[in-house]
Amino acid sequence: MDITFKNVSYIYQQGSPFAHKALDDISFHIPTGKFVAIIGHTGSGKSTLLQHLNGLVRPSEGEVSIGDYRLTNDEKPDNLKKLRSKVGVVFQYPEHQLFEETVAKDIAFGPENFGVDKAAINERIQQILPAVGLGEELLERSPFDLSGGQMRRVAIAGVLATQPEVLVLDEPTAGLDPRGQKEIMEMFYNMHQEQGLTTVLVTHSMEDAVKYADHVLILNNGGKYMEGAPEDVFTRSDALQEVQLDVPEIVQFLTRFEERFGKRIPFHRQSIGELAEEMERLLGREKTR
Amino acid sequence: MNNALIIGQYVPGNSLVHRLDPRTKITIIFFFVIVVFVANNVPSYGIVTAFALGAMFTSRVPIRYILKGLTPVWFLIIFTFILHLFVTKEGTLFFDFFIFEFYTGGVIQGFAISLRFFLLILVTSLLTLTTTPIEITDAIEEMLDPLKKVRFPVHELALMMSISLRFIPTLMQETEKISKAQSSRGVDFRTGPIKERIKAVVPLLVPLFVSAFKRAEELAMAMEARGYQGGEGRSKLRALKVEKRDILIYLLFAAVVAGLFITRSYG
Repeated sequence: MDITFKNVSYIYQQGSPFAHKALDDISFHIPTGKFVAIIGHTGSGKSTLLQHLNGLVRPSEGEVSIGDYRLTNDEKPDNLKKLRSKVGVVFQYPEHQLFEETVAKDIAFGPENFGVDKAAINERIQQILPAVGLGEELLERSPFDLSGGQMRRVAIAGVLATQPEVLVLDEPTAGLDPRGQKEIMEMFYNMHQEQGLTTVLVTHSMEDAVKYADHVLILNNGGKYMEGAPEDVFTRSDALQEVQLDVPEIVQFLTRFEERFGKRIPFHRQSIGELAEEMERLLGREKTR
Repeated sequence: MNNALIIGQYVPGNSLVHRLDPRTKITIIFFFVIVVFVANNVPSYGIVTAFALGAMFTSRVPIRYILKGLTPVWFLIIFTFILHLFVTKEGTLFFDFFIFEFYTGGVIQGFAISLRFFLLILVTSLLTLTTTPIEITDAIEEMLDPLKKVRFPVHELALMMSISLRFIPTLMQETEKISKAQSSRGVDFRTGPIKERIKAVVPLLVPLFVSAFKRAEELAMAMEARGYQGGEGRSKLRALKVEKRDILIYLLFAAVVAGLFITRSYG
């Protein structure tokens, strides 16, 4: 489903002394099947933007469209439930949303609400469990007896079980150990590719953005600061530093490399292995011996 | 969702009313609430109204905002007026139709009672609009201080109050967050039959309780880690101090009360 924001602004507590503009005239377009990273400082409006994607909030001004759904300020959309069944949102610390007696029931909660029948739900659970790295023996346990990492996985499974077409991720790996972070990001990425999902990832990690995103959107103070392909956005270190964002390590490395050896390797989202090969070609084998 | 809950939400400011010692504000409001009932004719009502409106204007809280905060009470005020209109049978009859008999006395009395009501609510909501909850608890702790002699746990009470006040916004945020997460999973809190809507509260309440208990435990641990052990010998970060302006306000209020008793008709 295509996602389009047309001059969207959002004002919190409009008309009170606490009114506060969280989004300011934002426009962008995400075609179906893209993996988009949204980056910005705390308070830059990322979370507010996310909430527009499944109609949790409606724009104060402008228009949001997701597939055939249109969200504006004056129109009350009638079948939000249908929209929400197609847009799965993994919130920050999603384990806080667990409430059922057993893991199985909690995972089934979303699909049940969207009217999926029992047999189909059970089938989905069987598919999802290995994908999120949970064993079947956990299904009958209480989600509150699990470890933090396992709870996170259960919560994510609960969102994936609704089989969304658009996956919205709000810092899904915050607070996990490095290995868990990697496993979960890889899982989302595989799913994105296999099922042709449209994925929107809010993250603080430049490394994740470089690794997975094909499009990057940078927010600052509620406005759109930069947008483009990761190769273009991440090489503009001055502009990034102006909004207190770091460039990814690999870009930093390439800059230093150029300073030191006077040779330039362009940044094209190469992996560490690819970079090593490029360096070998450039510097010649004999020197490294 | 938040709009209905702004009665008495603190509005930051630096007006005279904001800067007054919270004890002054509480004391004056306490006596004002009593004294409002002394008024019984036009001049005396004029005096109390002038005092309340004066306080409102000096506070510089946007009027629109105060009125919006009063929305839930408007109904009561209007209801009081109408009730008096129907029930009081004094003065001259000026409107008679079918079973409706309206007397001038009813209009006057209805108006006076509603005005009283309005002033009471205005002044008390002005307290919470211009005073942070922490200031209010500090003031209450100070004012209840004499009770310590009879072993009443004043400090603990104040601590409980400030902790619960402190966590109201946190809990509200948490509620909003969880309700958004569950809405995204297809829960509908707003529409549908009552039975379904009540059932929809479970996925909201369970996580809320879980996190509240967790938070309480963490807070207790953090307090112990920093050596908290009750009020004994504990000094204050914000010491309350009676300033010149407080004394002036007390004098002004005394003048209001005196004026009130002079203009009040004894009959």
